[in-house]
Amino acid sequence: MDHAKSGPSTWPELADVVPVPQDDGPSPVVPIAYRDDFREVMDYFRALYFAGERSPRALRLTAEAIEQNPGNYTVWHFRRLILEALDSDLLEEMEFVEKIAEHNPKNYQIWHHKRWLAEKLGPDIANKEHEFTMKILAIDTKNYHAWSHRQWVLQALGGWETELQYCNQLLEEDVFNNSAWNQRFFVITRSPLLSGLKVMRDSEVDYTIEAILGSPQNESPWRYLKGLYKGENNCLVADGRISGVCLKVLKNDWTCVFALSLLLDLLLAGLQPSDELKAILEPIRSSDPETADADLATTVCCILQKCDPLRVNYWSWFKTTLSQIS
Amino acid sequence: MAELAADQHVRYIVTVEKKKDSFESLVMEHIRLNGAYWGLTTLDLLHKLHAVDAAEVVDWIMSCYHPESGGFAGNVGHDPHVLYTLSAVQVLCLFDRLDVLDVDKVAGYVAGLQNEDGSFSGDIWGEVDTRFSYIALCTLSLLHRLHKIDVRKAVDFVVSCKNMDGGFGAMPGGESHAGQIFCCVGALAITGSLHHIDRDLLGWWLCERQCKDGGLNGRPEKLADVCYSWWVLSSLIMIDRVHWIDKEKLTKFILNCQDKENGGISDRPDNAVDIYHTYFGVAGLSLMEYPGVKPMDPAYALPLDVVNRIFLKN
Repeated sequence: MDHAKSGPSTWPELADVVPVPQDDGPSPVVPIAYRDDFREVMDYFRALYFAGERSPRALRLTAEAIEQNPGNYTVWHFRRLILEALDSDLLEEMEFVEKIAEHNPKNYQIWHHKRWLAEKLGPDIANKEHEFTMKILAIDTKNYHAWSHRQWVLQALGGWETELQYCNQLLEEDVFNNSAWNQRFFVITRSPLLSGLKVMRDSEVDYTIEAILGSPQNESPWRYLKGLYKGENNCLVADGRISGVCLKVLKNDWTCVFALSLLLDLLLAGLQPSDELKAILEPIRSSDPETADADLATTVCCILQKCDPLRVNYWSWFKTTLSQIS
Repeated sequence: MAELAADQHVRYIVTVEKKKDSFESLVMEHIRLNGAYWGLTTLDLLHKLHAVDAAEVVDWIMSCYHPESGGFAGNVGHDPHVLYTLSAVQVLCLFDRLDVLDVDKVAGYVAGLQNEDGSFSGDIWGEVDTRFSYIALCTLSLLHRLHKIDVRKAVDFVVSCKNMDGGFGAMPGGESHAGQIFCCVGALAITGSLHHIDRDLLGWWLCERQCKDGGLNGRPEKLADVCYSWWVLSSLIMIDRVHWIDKEKLTKFILNCQDKENGGISDRPDNAVDIYHTYFGVAGLSLMEYPGVKPMDPAYALPLDVVNRIFLKN
């Protein structure tokens, strides 16, 4: 078949097709002047689409239309109908969509099309799909579509074996990657090869604390650490490593918002502050007349009001809840 | 502080409609109904909806309607999808013209996309996402047809997408993202199910989205973008925690993204403007009660007077 880069009006196989121009609705304010090559492809596409023609030439035309505008969902829909009708080679189609995806990695239609194909191709395709999302994530580690697809493939088709290792690798490359932290939580809570959150918790706490000590200003591992004990505040307080990491970080930097915030949670959940902790906060407490007589939780709130001015209203609110408790 | 260049924005929106040979309109062709919703809602927020011919708009909207399915397409001659069905219903609400709809047919289209687990597909091809849960619930609520679906299952699915940080993703286990959070909080607000949210935890996550430049981002470690002014603020309002962010700094950030000469708002200062960010910028200012801008309903994403007209009428 001739795949020269000339418009469909020159394709021999379309010689008998009468193009259908865009209907812009009744009395358009100003007639729409679409770019000529775009209009030509779409006019031929419309002709075959309205005729419902599911043929090789229609398939070729959808490829042309997709290359011009991969966001056009109607073209993708029609392409799937044609692929089904022609019983096309879906592995070949996977190659086509991957080529388009590499240039348009944030396009919903492309990822949906890929998923439709993967669903039909089944578990054998799982590892190939993981390789592809890895390739996309190597360019943009936070691409939401790629992560959604990856999670879907894991759950529907498998390939869990190396997933935790992959999370390790991504976090080694960039410990601030929140998507990788989310994926880590996804794996430890959902992988059929692991034994669930409670079994994983102990080693995960160690891993997370190490990440925090390396970069205390990183929001993600602090939330992850709390997430490991979600709904089990007693265990959070009982695990000395949690208050320990707050203490270690605050020793170096008593203005670290995340450490102070977690400490506040611990105090509210019943943590009995150690002498060491008191010693760190004592000089700050007594230096400010506002906190001179305050308890530790109130003191922490006052510090937060000062070192997180953008969210001063949040911390002020938090402080009022303390007085209601006591 | 800079001021809102309202007149220029109105002019920008009205003329963008006429510049159809631009690259932007080429790639937007298939989502023209979304564009209509962004542009027209912005005009209404700025008290300028009368700058367009209502009858002409309604005619065009109806030419995107698929009578067989009951759904709307992104433009004339395209396939129906819930994304455009909600935009169509919202625009008709703006003009108080829901009377042109076969309401039960449209509601039937949306209701037909609910899956066994309570989630919604976007169209017959079955893509599932919490965006579609919001869209379905919002559309059906505006049409007074929520009883056509299993609301409890719909809520259960949204709740199953809640994460340990208090936020929500597109699917169970998906990363928390401010856009998806809006959809999930909106879905829960519309169905009276906000008790499923840990408001203080989610509120803190949301107010952590404010960056040093005053703008809001959608996920940790991402750059601020004007569109999150809407996604984050509306969510904070629905859970009654909007006072936790610095509104003055955010207002300044949005105003700094304006093209004050030719109108329009961009994602970040000094970038090119587009209709999408113009809408989100003005809508964000509306949520912060900026003078001269109509108040907006955070769940239905329509001006408050429009929403009141719908729910106080019947």
